[in-house]
Amino acid sequence: MAEHKVLLAGADEHDLTQLAEYRAIGGYAGVAKARAMTPDALIAELEKAVLRGRGGAGFPMGRKASLIDRKSAKPKYLVVNADESEPGAFKDREVMGKVPHRLIEGCLIAAHAIESRDVFIYIRGEYLTEYEILSGAVEEARAAGIFGDVEITVHRGAGAYICGEETALLESLEGKRGQPRPRPPFPPIQGLYYAPTQINNVCTIATVPVILEMGAEEFAKTGVPSSPGTAIFSVSGNVARPGNYELELGTPMRELIFEHAGGIADGRELKAVIPGGSSVPALTPDEIDVRLDYDSLGAIGTFFGAASLIVVDDRCCMVQLALRSTKFYMHESCGKCTPCRVGTRWMVQILESIENGTATHADLELLDSVGDNILGKVLCALGEFAVYPVHSYLHKWREEFVAHVEHGGCPFAGSSSLEGIFAPSDQHAHTPAGEEALV
Amino acid sequence: MSRFHDEVQAIRARYPEGSRSAALPALRLAQEKHGWLSRQAIEETAEALDVTPAFCYSVATFYDMLHLEPVGKHTIDVCTNLPCALCGAQRVIEAFESELGIHAGETTEDGEITLRAVECLGGCGYATVVAVDDRYHHSVRAETVPEIVGGIDGGT
Ligand SMILES: Cc1cc2nc3c(=O)[nH]c(=O)nc-3n(C[C@H](O)[C@H](O)[C@H](O)COP(=O)(O)O)c2cc1C
Ligand code: SF4
Ligand code: FES
Repeated sequence: MAEHKVLLAGADEHDLTQLAEYRAIGGYAGVAKARAMTPDALIAELEKAVLRGRGGAGFPMGRKASLIDRKSAKPKYLVVNADESEPGAFKDREVMGKVPHRLIEGCLIAAHAIESRDVFIYIRGEYLTEYEILSGAVEEARAAGIFGDVEITVHRGAGAYICGEETALLESLEGKRGQPRPRPPFPPIQGLYYAPTQINNVCTIATVPVILEMGAEEFAKTGVPSSPGTAIFSVSGNVARPGNYELELGTPMRELIFEHAGGIADGRELKAVIPGGSSVPALTPDEIDVRLDYDSLGAIGTFFGAASLIVVDDRCCMVQLALRSTKFYMHESCGKCTPCRVGTRWMVQILESIENGTATHADLELLDSVGDNILGKVLCALGEFAVYPVHSYLHKWREEFVAHVEHGGCPFAGSSSLEGIFAPSDQHAHTPAGEEALV
Repeated sequence: MSRFHDEVQAIRARYPEGSRSAALPALRLAQEKHGWLSRQAIEETAEALDVTPAFCYSVATFYDMLHLEPVGKHTIDVCTNLPCALCGAQRVIEAFESELGIHAGETTEDGEITLRAVECLGGCGYATVVAVDDRYHHSVRAETVPEIVGGIDGGT
């Protein structure tokens, strides 16, 4: 199957950051179409499309819109999650940088559906260039009178992975520390400033104009029945042609890795694929004959996640992989729940002892049980994200963990592709001489 | 009132409920003005937002991009998360260390450049990703490091 560009359609041929060029290919026609419909009819159309959320959980976008308490006397908010920070994911960045007007058009259509006048796009702080492009597009569309009575505000984050979790994002957008809220109540009932709030990923919202253009019925015929449409897959790691590939949902994983992405780089052997960004269980080479959609990946015990495949070749030590991954989640834990705050640190310590050869067989069991004591005992999924991949490495590549224990150190003896890899949590800021730090 | 105060009021007006939502943009603005979030910067921000300095501290300590200690005039952020790491990020960060004569996490003696290892920057297909003053450089290899350092205004 060739690439199937819907979300990114036209971006290779035109400069779609410019309003005139986006309009020339039919852009913003969907807004007019949507505004001619009642919100109820529009939500029904979106439900028929079965557009599953591209941010990770896969909840249908139209159904989420139907849950919004539109009768509430409070304002209704639409919030776009552009905090993209999952290791392996770089698709939202491409959408904002190349087709910002398609995202803005999606915002205006979704706002009409939930009767919202206030849209916030929460973009991760590091994305400076994309912030400038998106803000420029917002200004241009506003000046052209396309917004009507809707206002769109682009809000920059300031560096915190947890702010991609939807309730942490809302806290952050309210100007606070980004710590997740207990649920229920869920955002459609009580979200931003306790008002009904729809939150969706960039790619989810940018797909909405496509549904209006094609009609929900036609849209639902693309991809697979349980997950219609396309997704932009981010492929990274040890492949010959890493990058973003927009493909229909249901495309075989093998085709994406070996055809589109050119197979394993440097003539090496495939060792593992982490299919949804670094937070999901990894697959072994004999598990990759699977289709890329939510249900197919779920059926083999992993997740679609952020549609981001990290491909790992045979030079990589799986203990080092687990250690570097866990250091990330430890660093990003918001600290609210003890099992996550303390457990991720404990996992790092155990993994360090396995890697440096001081661990015993009992430590492998301990690593397992520390993970088990995080799963299901925390407020948000970050705790689970720390554990899922490590459990998969430990169970599927167990002989490698055992070898570390029995050889008293890393069997790669310095030749692993991750040897010596440094993490931000390993470094402490050093203040230039003569200046007093405050904390 | 100061220009900073006016700018913060203009930001507040864009948000609902008051609005504390301006906290992150206001802290960022203060940081741009002072170079880092010194006690004075925090106090000015708290004043402009109508919140306590303690509230501003609690927020500022949460976010990696807000600095509660001085940083160099320029920052070099090298991603060392998994996809970049699998493609040689460690060699890239070591090349920066030897080019600048400092370790990751440190600032050059003249206060010009701070080098940091950072988590995924969202460019994993173009490893190794390095952000210089928040502008991304893709596919950085150890050999291209001197050129990047040389391209920094006032770079060593
Ligand atoms: C720790 C954590 C980080 C997350 N990061 C993101 C993110 O960067 N972008 C995103 O869209 N969703 C992220 N999510 C998922 C959101 O909570 C939420 O499900 C999503 O924004 C809903 O949008 P969707 O229905 O369109 O997928 C994250 C979840 C967790 C638990
Ligand atoms: S699971 Fe971790 S990140 Fe999530 S709320 Fe608890 S401590 Fe915070
Ligand atoms: S891992 Fe380096 S940019 Fe994502």
